[in-house]
Amino acid sequence: MAIARVAEPSGSLQEVREWGLDREDLLQIYRNMLITRGVEERGHILYRQGKIPGSFYTGRGNEASSVGVAMAMGADDVGTPLHRDMGVHITRGVEPWRIFAQYMGRADGPTHGRDGNVHMADSRLGLLAMVSHLPAMLPVAVGCALAFRIREEQRVAVAWYGEGASARGDTHEGMNFAGVRRLPVVFICDNNQWAYSTPTHLEYAVEHLADRANAYGFDGVVVDGTDVLAVYREAKRAIDKARGGGGPTLIECQTLRMEGHAVHDDAFYVPKELFERWAERDPIERFRTWLRSNADLSDDEEEQIGAYVKKLLNDALQKAEESPQPDPATLLDGVYATPEDLDTPHHK
Amino acid sequence: MSEKTYLQAISDGLRTEMRRDNRVFVLGEDVGVYGGAFKVTLGFQEEFGSWRVIDTPLSETAIVAGATGAAMMGLRPVAEMQFADFVSCAWDHLVTVAAKQRWRAGTPVPIVLRLPSGGGFSGGPFHSQNPESSFAHIPGLKCVCPATPEDAKGLMISAIEDPNPVLFFEHKHLYRRIKGEVPDERYTTPIGKARIHAEGDDVTVITWGAMVYTAEEAAKMVDASVEIVDLRTVMPWDKQAVLDSVRKTSKVLVLHEDTRTGGFGGEIAATIAEEAFEDLDAPVKRVTAPDSPVPFSPVLEKAFIPQPDGVAKALKELISY
Ligand SMILES: Cc1ncc(C[n+]2csc(CCOP(=O)(O)OP(=O)(O)O)c2C)c(N)n1
Ligand SMILES: [Mg+2]
Repeated sequence: MAIARVAEPSGSLQEVREWGLDREDLLQIYRNMLITRGVEERGHILYRQGKIPGSFYTGRGNEASSVGVAMAMGADDVGTPLHRDMGVHITRGVEPWRIFAQYMGRADGPTHGRDGNVHMADSRLGLLAMVSHLPAMLPVAVGCALAFRIREEQRVAVAWYGEGASARGDTHEGMNFAGVRRLPVVFICDNNQWAYSTPTHLEYAVEHLADRANAYGFDGVVVDGTDVLAVYREAKRAIDKARGGGGPTLIECQTLRMEGHAVHDDAFYVPKELFERWAERDPIERFRTWLRSNADLSDDEEEQIGAYVKKLLNDALQKAEESPQPDPATLLDGVYATPEDLDTPHHK
Repeated sequence: MSEKTYLQAISDGLRTEMRRDNRVFVLGEDVGVYGGAFKVTLGFQEEFGSWRVIDTPLSETAIVAGATGAAMMGLRPVAEMQFADFVSCAWDHLVTVAAKQRWRAGTPVPIVLRLPSGGGFSGGPFHSQNPESSFAHIPGLKCVCPATPEDAKGLMISAIEDPNPVLFFEHKHLYRRIKGEVPDERYTTPIGKARIHAEGDDVTVITWGAMVYTAEEAAKMVDASVEIVDLRTVMPWDKQAVLDSVRKTSKVLVLHEDTRTGGFGGEIAATIAEEAFEDLDAPVKRVTAPDSPVPFSPVLEKAFIPQPDGVAKALKELISY
């Protein structure tokens, strides 16, 4: 029996206004979702052209969830998005050309060629770069929230993790600490039903992962991760609650990973019907339909937005390709921090 | 004999023991239906069933500690870390429980931990490391690092037979690139015995894993007779073979892919200084990765991982010393 609350689907324009989104915000969400998918689709092409070394991951199917949560964050909030959460980087304002530069290991990527994929973040935008080890950043986000609590700042940390990574002890330790101290942190579980080739029934034995929140002394919510407005609403509620001293919330966003684990994986183990069923709930198409019937999205506007995104990405690709290779002579720079390195907004 | 890739040889060793001994079982992430991230256990679940080839949750602690418990109850677990890098998540159980259990409580822990390690293909800082030195430092753990298909199979079988926790470092860059003749029958390769990869008289290279091939390339670039000692196992390591070679050539280069400070090469160099000082005609040289995390960009990674030309340069310096 489920313990977590199951969130209702998104409502009318009127309702959406009450949550604080005006029409321009809605179009911004739509643009961000398109940019998110566009960046990853183009990344795929770059990979096939042999321009991306190593492996390549996308978050196709997770655009609503990542953009929806990021839209609900405040400017001073922080987050630790993962490999399916490109929409968070886009929404926080990372320029697409830097992402392409990162993919290709160039000097202008956020990690300057030191790390690849979505293993990046711009800390000035309130994001902390993920490590591969999952979900190592979850208890780190709890630590960010601890700092906010100690300094009595009205800020919130958002921690992403996959349903697969929910099995690791880090999840338990982070959530328990956050629960005990009622820290201002929101946990977002990207439940895309697979951890590489492992299906959920071999990952956990409860009905919903959000049910576990109860065991840590806070609320759990299950939300349709393809419904961007429902995700936004739940994230906003949880973030506001955390900001107001109400402690953590665990939001489980249900989606399907619409591609293989990474480019090399054809996902032979995922039943075809499952892909077909979830393709009908494509988050971008769903939101487009909603905008047309609830917010009078016109053909003209759609075309304009499409053209804007296309140009943005074309220009970004070109700029990224012009970015130089990193200089091997810099390899040892910054293994250790200097006092000047502490001159960041976070250490002020 | 048949020709096998390094990867096929590992599978062959594991399959051989699973067919022979039903106490042997495999556990890890995606090892069953998927056959493992690198397909080392491809087809194993069909052959041995889902209780001998166990797809675990994403839980390195549960994998290593679970293997430890099952081993203490008489089974012979072979656990896989999807990448060697993720063993850090299981450090505690490996180092605190498995390594010390025999010594302090008399209960041996015969587990094998498979660790796909090493770089060379832009895996970045978390999919490329060579953490053998960290574990060689822990009394109670054995560390094996095969370089050839033949040794990969033989050391896998020895590791499973061994009554101790054995960390099996399999170098990812060798998986499909290196082929060789492998005996079809069951055999063991002794843990703690080096192999002379190439005989030579002028200078010795002591190395293991993928660097054996880097040394081989470098040897072709210098005008001298280079002896390449493939350590094969880093803990225990074959001190005698190393000292014998040092006494023969009087000049020695220690080469490893791991970073320099605290790397196992330091231990080897110190031992040579202690026990063969009088036999040396030049100071012991080390070629290693520099002290930074492993970079992603191919340009940076090439500057990080020792390359044949860098090794050749060091060899020339030794030769002309
Ligand atoms: C500690 C750890 N072990 C193994 C891996 C290898 N790995 C990378 S992603 C992944 C599956 C993750 O599943 P989930 O948490 O559901 O996230 P998803 O990829 O589905 O978004 C695995 C096993 C890892 N990154 N970290
Ligand atoms: Mg998942």
